[in-house]
Amino acid sequence: MAAPTKIGAELPPPARSGDGRLELAGVRVPTRSTGSELRAIKVVWKRELIRFSRDRLRILTSLMQPFLFLFVLGTGLSRLASAGTHGVNLKTFVYPGVLCMAVMFTAMFSAASLVWDREFGFLREMMVAPVRRSSLVLGKCLGGATVAGFQGVIVLCLAGVVNVPYAPSLIIEVFAIQLLLAFTITAFGVMIAARVSQMQSFMALMQMAIMPMFFLSGSLFPVAGLPRWLELLNRIDPLTYAVDPIRRIVFSHMEISAAARQALDPGVTWWGWHVPGALEAGVVALLGLIMLGIGIVQFSRAE
Amino acid sequence: MTATATASAVTVDRLVKRYDEVEAVRGIEFDVRSGEIFGFLGPNGAGKSTTINMLCTLVRPSSGSARVAGHDVVTERDEVRRNIGLVFQDTTLDGYLTAEQNLRLHAELYGVPREAVAPRMEQVMEMVGLWERRRSLVNTFSGGMKRRLEIARGLLHSPRVLFLDEPTVGLDPQTRSSIWSYISELKAREDITIFLTTHYMDEAEYCDRIAIMDRGKIIVLDTPEALKASIGKDRIQIQTDDNGAAITAIGERLGIEARLADGMVTFGVAEGEHFVPRLFAELGQPIRSVSVSRPSLDDVFMSYTGTTIRDAESGAADQRRKTARMLNR
Repeated sequence: MAAPTKIGAELPPPARSGDGRLELAGVRVPTRSTGSELRAIKVVWKRELIRFSRDRLRILTSLMQPFLFLFVLGTGLSRLASAGTHGVNLKTFVYPGVLCMAVMFTAMFSAASLVWDREFGFLREMMVAPVRRSSLVLGKCLGGATVAGFQGVIVLCLAGVVNVPYAPSLIIEVFAIQLLLAFTITAFGVMIAARVSQMQSFMALMQMAIMPMFFLSGSLFPVAGLPRWLELLNRIDPLTYAVDPIRRIVFSHMEISAAARQALDPGVTWWGWHVPGALEAGVVALLGLIMLGIGIVQFSRAE
Repeated sequence: MTATATASAVTVDRLVKRYDEVEAVRGIEFDVRSGEIFGFLGPNGAGKSTTINMLCTLVRPSSGSARVAGHDVVTERDEVRRNIGLVFQDTTLDGYLTAEQNLRLHAELYGVPREAVAPRMEQVMEMVGLWERRRSLVNTFSGGMKRRLEIARGLLHSPRVLFLDEPTVGLDPQTRSSIWSYISELKAREDITIFLTTHYMDEAEYCDRIAIMDRGKIIVLDTPEALKASIGKDRIQIQTDDNGAAITAIGERLGIEARLADGMVTFGVAEGEHFVPRLFAELGQPIRSVSVSRPSLDDVFMSYTGTTIRDAESGAADQRRKTARMLNR
């Protein structure tokens, strides 16, 4: 909509009370407290939600890549791979990875908006507010985690299409890990955004991080019996620790032969020791907290 | 609250800001009285924005100190922030939110008491004439509307000092004058101190007092009237058939240094009306038109810095590019 450029003529006179004074009853702003920090976290979180809901295109484009992997790659390759999957649909096998991927892209875009905020000046409005920078960063990460979690739910709804049952415990557990991953990826993005002020550089860096993370994570292959170098890269990839427990949860709710389970869901091992799912989730959470901490320090230092 | 805090809204003492080898602000001192409109006048790159950024705690001073609303800008950052409103040169609104949502976000960040948020929002939006547009996305606003919304937002938490960094830059003349009418209204009706920067000479006239800043230093500080009076010279502009020859003749025969400004021979002289007859008698060249005017702030700037504000800007541009390169590194 074209906004009028000349507005001087149509300005109404300022509102006044009877004695001619402008009615601007002063408000008293109280000193900082836990309550005011919580309000700040909440409002930054809420802004993320409002902006996400306005941006339908982003909701769609973020789903594009996960869907390509799930339906095109999953369907196409299943004809080649049927011998090795012991009767398990390849789409079911790649589904856990795709659940993670959907979350990652949205979380990344959430963090990217910080770079836009800086470019369009809005970051300044937040930086001069009388609140802790940590509240701002935390609100941002929680907001990113929430919208990414929402995106994850969309893909979670497709479970039936790839023969995964809609069991309540499955949905809750998978969703919890998705949220954790979303938080960690947003924190990662925020940490990068604190240092990178140009959108192109930020996007290039994120692409460089996200794609290798996805390919190394075991989203597309079982994590046992890998060549040494690949196994090593797989074990240091944070995404591995989100995909593996999700796959375990998904498979545990399905009727699958022991041989198939052994071949497709061997589980991540550290020097021969099977890493339990809770610890894997803990690894993701710990990484997220570390990156959140780094992000907070960086933003607190920024002038 | 100390006595000095109520008497001066801003106190600045030997304030310095260095960026590596560039000294953007070079030891400035001044006081802003409570309730006045105080203007910082100078070309782009003079250090006005750096100073304002230090006063509103966005930039840490290299040395020296400053107090705003009675609080130190380094050691009591939060107290300062709670007591100031800010309108920056570039918009800091979120274009994807509505006007109302932008203000609400601000109220939450500044901890405005919940029950006060709605009535206060209506007050400030009514004041700048945007209440009817509160549900519109800010992206659909014109530049002038955005600036008005930012002023409303800056007032939302009832600050004691409102900082306006180039509040009218990039706006058409009509909008500029409407912004100024709001600023004057504000000053007349709210208990607030207004600190602004501008490089428009005509706008500096609205200020109670102005400080002229050039190359990181305050050259002079006084009321606009006193500054103009201090020059003691009127500006005479004449048009001739041969301006070059006229400038030479004025120099040789009258001993006055003239220059070409806006296509006219321009020079300053005391009691201009009485000088005109002498000019006609002694110039020895036909004069096509003549005008005598009281000194403007342009002349003040010229007289104190030896250059016009426009020339100063083109010189400062190089300096600015250098600084920008360093900051973006």
